[in-house]
Amino acid sequence: MHTFEFTRPKDSAGAIRAASQTKTAQQGAESRFVAGGTTLIDLMKLNVETPSQLIDINRLPLATIEETSDGGLKIGATVRNSDLAHHPRVQKDYAVLSQALLSGASAQLRNMATTAGNLLQRTRCVYFRDTAMACNKREPGTGCPAITGFNRTLAILGTSESCIATNPSDMNVALAALEATVHVQGPKGARAVPIGEFHLLPGSTPQRETVLEPGDLITHVTLPPPIAGSKQLYLKLRDRASYEFALASAAVVLTIASGKVTRARVAMGGVGTKPWRSPEAESALVGQTADAASFRKAAEAALRNAKPQSENAFKVELAKRCLTHALQTAAAS
Amino acid sequence: MPDDPDKRPRKLTRRAFISTAGASAAAASIAAGTLSPNPSAAAATAAAEAPGIEGAVPVTLRINGKVQQLRIDPRTTLLDCIRETVVLTGTKKGCDHGQCGACTVHVNGRRVNSCLSLALMHDGEEITTIEGLGTPDAMHPMQAAFVAHDGYQCGYCTSGQIMSAVALLKEPCGPEDAAVKELMSGNICRCGAYPNIVAAIQQVRGNT
Repeated sequence: MHTFEFTRPKDSAGAIRAASQTKTAQQGAESRFVAGGTTLIDLMKLNVETPSQLIDINRLPLATIEETSDGGLKIGATVRNSDLAHHPRVQKDYAVLSQALLSGASAQLRNMATTAGNLLQRTRCVYFRDTAMACNKREPGTGCPAITGFNRTLAILGTSESCIATNPSDMNVALAALEATVHVQGPKGARAVPIGEFHLLPGSTPQRETVLEPGDLITHVTLPPPIAGSKQLYLKLRDRASYEFALASAAVVLTIASGKVTRARVAMGGVGTKPWRSPEAESALVGQTADAASFRKAAEAALRNAKPQSENAFKVELAKRCLTHALQTAAAS
Repeated sequence: MPDDPDKRPRKLTRRAFISTAGASAAAASIAAGTLSPNPSAAAATAAAEAPGIEGAVPVTLRINGKVQQLRIDPRTTLLDCIRETVVLTGTKKGCDHGQCGACTVHVNGRRVNSCLSLALMHDGEEITTIEGLGTPDAMHPMQAAFVAHDGYQCGYCTSGQIMSAVALLKEPCGPEDAAVKELMSGNICRCGAYPNIVAAIQQVRGNT
């Protein structure tokens, strides 16, 4: 691990000031905020992350969950994943988020990992994590050996010729289906970013994963008011029953009236280079009878543009079945 | 010859023996000039390992109820601080990347992977390690249950398993074995003692 200066600012303004000296808030950042540390310390040990300054934000007042004036929920940046998953309001009104969080990592890691940290969770692509290998995300312009190499777990949606790395988060998938908003405070003030615009597709700049600029601090995430009577489910398929990243996952929020789908929000994990909201599946569902045939059609629509690699063609059918099963189970609940 | 613990030399532990033997070997190498062809380089190495660690910063941890005022390299993980600085070696280093759970300790009563946390992040916080749970004469009920159910073979993962299991008692967890397995999935046992570990935990929870 490279040496760094460790600081603990007294307030958010101090944290932002300290971090604004970095040239980039993306891969290669000289300054990093640290909260749980479960991604960052791991990558610092691998020398994938080499910040010269660590800014500890654990003591900032960002660890609360509060109701918003419109009946939604405000989730602080440093709320631990376990606390969020077990919060009564989340369990009651945003069950898909609780299920997604509890399907991720282990009990120990969920006690450490935070809301903002999970939003910024890095890919598990083995080439990204190994500094002996080329990787366009880690070292732009060096190439992507995953495209011709080990890509069984990598993405089939949103890929580019530069990068096929999967976004590994479960939480982000649920936040996408719930249409969350990420709140950022930076040197130029505060702004709100819809979750769908927060993560970027790799394109020709896979080192750029989010819209964050130097000094930007995620302060909280808000959820819109709950959808009355909605049926929610997070379904995760993986190589083992627990403590494993998704090969395919689906977060669904459905409203059904008189046997017809009146509203649908669908997002997928384990298959996309970013948390993968599927407007194609949603429009295929709305107005249709809530049955197996409609759900399969929606899954076909969601994966229509899938581009499998040499080892992960199985993910196309797996993801379709995952989404179909999630919709069926949610509808029957 | 049967190994009678009572006849072992009292102060000679395996760890103490290895570190003493290692230091003697290093000293011998330096004296013979084999560690480095350049004597001044050897001297510099010795100086860097002297008590004044370059760039060291102060941190205060409460470990098993005892206040520890330490000076550490900022890069020191909570795990390395517990094992190497405070020399409480019951907590184990397995993967060092948050994938095996051997390093599990409690911070303010909650279980965490100490390998993925910097000691500096825990200034003033309450740390509990396996040494703070019980003693051979007065074991924590979970330790006793692991003994009774043979919840280990080689024992390397055991302190992490027990720290996880004790924390689990205070977490939301269904009564069935499957719920225990799910919440214990962050602790890997290469020997495969899982059925006995689950049995030990269920006994303590009263679900047998």
